[in-house]
Amino acid sequence: MTVALAVFYLLAGITIASGVMVISARNPVHSVLFMILAFFNSAGLFVLAGAEFLAMVLIVVYVGAVAVLFLFVVMMLDIDVVAMRQGFMKYLPVGALVGLVLLIELFLVFGTLRIADAPIAASVPTPEGVTNTEALGAVLYTEYFFAFQLAGIILLVAIIGAITLTLRDRGPIKRQNISEQVHRDRTKSVRMRRVEPGRGL
Amino acid sequence: MPVPVEHFLVVAAVLFTLGIFGIFLNRKNIIVILMSIELILLAVNINLIAFSAHLGDLVGQVFAMFILTVAAAEAAIGLAIVVVVYRARRSIAVEDINLMKG
Repeated sequence: MTVALAVFYLLAGITIASGVMVISARNPVHSVLFMILAFFNSAGLFVLAGAEFLAMVLIVVYVGAVAVLFLFVVMMLDIDVVAMRQGFMKYLPVGALVGLVLLIELFLVFGTLRIADAPIAASVPTPEGVTNTEALGAVLYTEYFFAFQLAGIILLVAIIGAITLTLRDRGPIKRQNISEQVHRDRTKSVRMRRVEPGRGL
Repeated sequence: MPVPVEHFLVVAAVLFTLGIFGIFLNRKNIIVILMSIELILLAVNINLIAFSAHLGDLVGQVFAMFILTVAAAEAAIGLAIVVVVYRARRSIAVEDINLMKG
């Protein structure tokens, strides 16, 4: 067994174990933390397969952004964890059945699948002698430029959607009205009163 | 590639099944359902990258990146909807979200 295979088994084992913990942890915070572990180990799997750039993107995007977002939401919302767990055992048999059927079907597919050893006709062959990032960039900015821009638009729509969904008007808040401040003059702020001597206002 | 592609496929299949299983298991907790969807998308990405490495074709990695983009957008929108639902109903239990009687 080569070193690469041993590393693969280690990473794959931890990935699957943390996947199990994600769906079975009692506390949603623990679920998120196990999801981070799963993503770290999958990034290792990506490196093993030679996709270094995507491995780093996976860590930056998932651990840096998505997992933090999940943690933030889990911790911000006051969730009744015990009530959430009700029905866990009730749904276990049917879920296990569906999962088992799916897994068996997938393995049946793999059993009959014959994967070509040599690349049949790679549409974009992996270039020799350049780094993975450089090769990916050379493809992404030329052949898939339009799709890349579309991905950017999807992200923009997601940003705007998330902001407009969560933005709310908090009612009567004192806000600074600069034009009103600037146009304020003496007639609006000073009142002259004639006060009778000895009587007051 | 030092590791045969079938190994990656098995890992991806198990992760995919775990994601589906998680959706069934945590029917009440929408946050764990969203996390299960992330696991499913991760399994798809592993498949794409394994085949990309095996066939020496970069397109798999390009599409894995697009899936990553869509997954990030989906997580952001999904969590925003969760926050809005929580504000409106003070609960994020899936069975409480029944306003539209669907």
